[in-house]
Amino acid sequence: MCGIVGLFAKQAAVEDRLGDYISSMLIEMSDRGPDSAGVAVYRDPVPSGSAKVVLQHPDHGYDWQGLAEGITARLAPATVERRGNHAIARTEASFEDLRAWLREIHPEVSVVSSGDTIEIFKEVGPPADVVSAFALRELKGTHALGHTRMATESAVTTKGSHPFSTGFDLCLVHNGSLSNHNRLRAELRRHGVEIQTENDTEVAAGYLTWRLSQGDSLEEALTEGIRDLDGFYTFAVGTRDGFAVLRDPIACKHAVMAETDDWVAMATEFRAIAVLPGADEARIWEPAPAQIYSWTRSGQ
Amino acid sequence: MIEFDLAADGLRALNRQLQGLGEQSNETEWRVLHPSGEHALAVGLTRPLKVVVEGHAGFYCGGMNSQAEIEIRGHAGPGVAENMMSGIVRVTGNASQSAGASGHGGVLVIEGDASSRCGISMKGIDIVVGGSVGHMSAFMAQAGNLVVCGDAGANLGDSIYEARLFVRGKVESLGADCIEKEMREEHLAALTELLQRAGMDADPGQFRRYGSARKLYNFNVDHADAY
Repeated sequence: MCGIVGLFAKQAAVEDRLGDYISSMLIEMSDRGPDSAGVAVYRDPVPSGSAKVVLQHPDHGYDWQGLAEGITARLAPATVERRGNHAIARTEASFEDLRAWLREIHPEVSVVSSGDTIEIFKEVGPPADVVSAFALRELKGTHALGHTRMATESAVTTKGSHPFSTGFDLCLVHNGSLSNHNRLRAELRRHGVEIQTENDTEVAAGYLTWRLSQGDSLEEALTEGIRDLDGFYTFAVGTRDGFAVLRDPIACKHAVMAETDDWVAMATEFRAIAVLPGADEARIWEPAPAQIYSWTRSGQ
Repeated sequence: MIEFDLAADGLRALNRQLQGLGEQSNETEWRVLHPSGEHALAVGLTRPLKVVVEGHAGFYCGGMNSQAEIEIRGHAGPGVAENMMSGIVRVTGNASQSAGASGHGGVLVIEGDASSRCGISMKGIDIVVGGSVGHMSAFMAQAGNLVVCGDAGANLGDSIYEARLFVRGKVESLGADCIEKEMREEHLAALTELLQRAGMDADPGQFRRYGSARKLYNFNVDHADAY
């Protein structure tokens, strides 16, 4: 059992309070996932030619400033902003160069997300603690996904926490379980997709990363996923400009969606959506099986 | 009418009060404010109360209901009116999956759409849906009536024992052992009465009837070797 939540802003006023709203949604899903929690927030894009990478080190006192100086000295100008035990690095260095350098010089630092918009923050502990550890309520952004985890098939660790990002600005949260993830993981690794854990959800994220790298649109990738991913699942997916929801063809795993003129939201249970302003008057429905629901930010 | 603020006083207090009302009690009309998607609202009622839930309900609202009349003014989560014995549960919005699951009696009215598995294993409940129902509705249905004013999703009435299914719109596909059946006078009369009780403005003459071919669950001597 896990809880997932997603929120896509259609108005600037919602963007201003995105972190506050997704935090409230996440905390409502504490009963479904007390072991760990995390969010992906799409916000504050870096200029073209730069990369934004969220890094993690278990030590709260870690010398992030020293790391920024190291990147600047060896690769390209960089700044690093600490948030909880994660840090957001912005640099003109390429992501590949940065990752290679980190592996060589700072193997103790792990990469949580990369892209030009996405920021992922995740940690073990109940959702309310995770919200305050990263001061998530103050974040502004365009869309966000969240996950609360009751661990079933792999250990309770920061790395095993959700969300998973296996490609630039791509994020997937998942309620359910995949039955063919071992074979698929091996196949994806052969295609060069990097998968860090034994977790089934990371395989689904890796699958989408691979399809998108082959030129698929998000909808095309999800359509292929209905055929290739075996199991019970409700997915919420974020890309730089988009937000999508998909359930498996049997559709056992709970999901509910709601839409107003101001926002689109999905959650495992409606009580996570009830905290949003205007939820009383929202259009509410259960997403149909094997149907892709997607929203894209217009004009971008 | 007694107002109960769920946000202030909580779910257990609500259900304890509603379940604890004696036969002589005059406190028969209730309004539940701020339901906020809470689960198990107004479950296990055994008295002819009238309960209005002012907003969206979570899972299992009105479950195991006997005699009470419960109205949800909004969306109902999974398993609304599951295992209802008698009484009425009405949903003014849409309902999530497994609405009316295993219901033995009473009437469940969903003014909007119901999702998948509506009326799964129904055992005598009558369900009237103003909109459409999702896939696998009336799965293993045993008794009662399912009336759908819109369309029905794939595998309607799969492995149905008995129960009558009436659909006005399209049926995506019928499940195993579910077939279209003749609409006789007695069916039309029952359907007309159910639509009236539910307050649905739909012409009974536009519905088609589906039910069990009775080939799956009856002992068939020709197949004795297979048992």
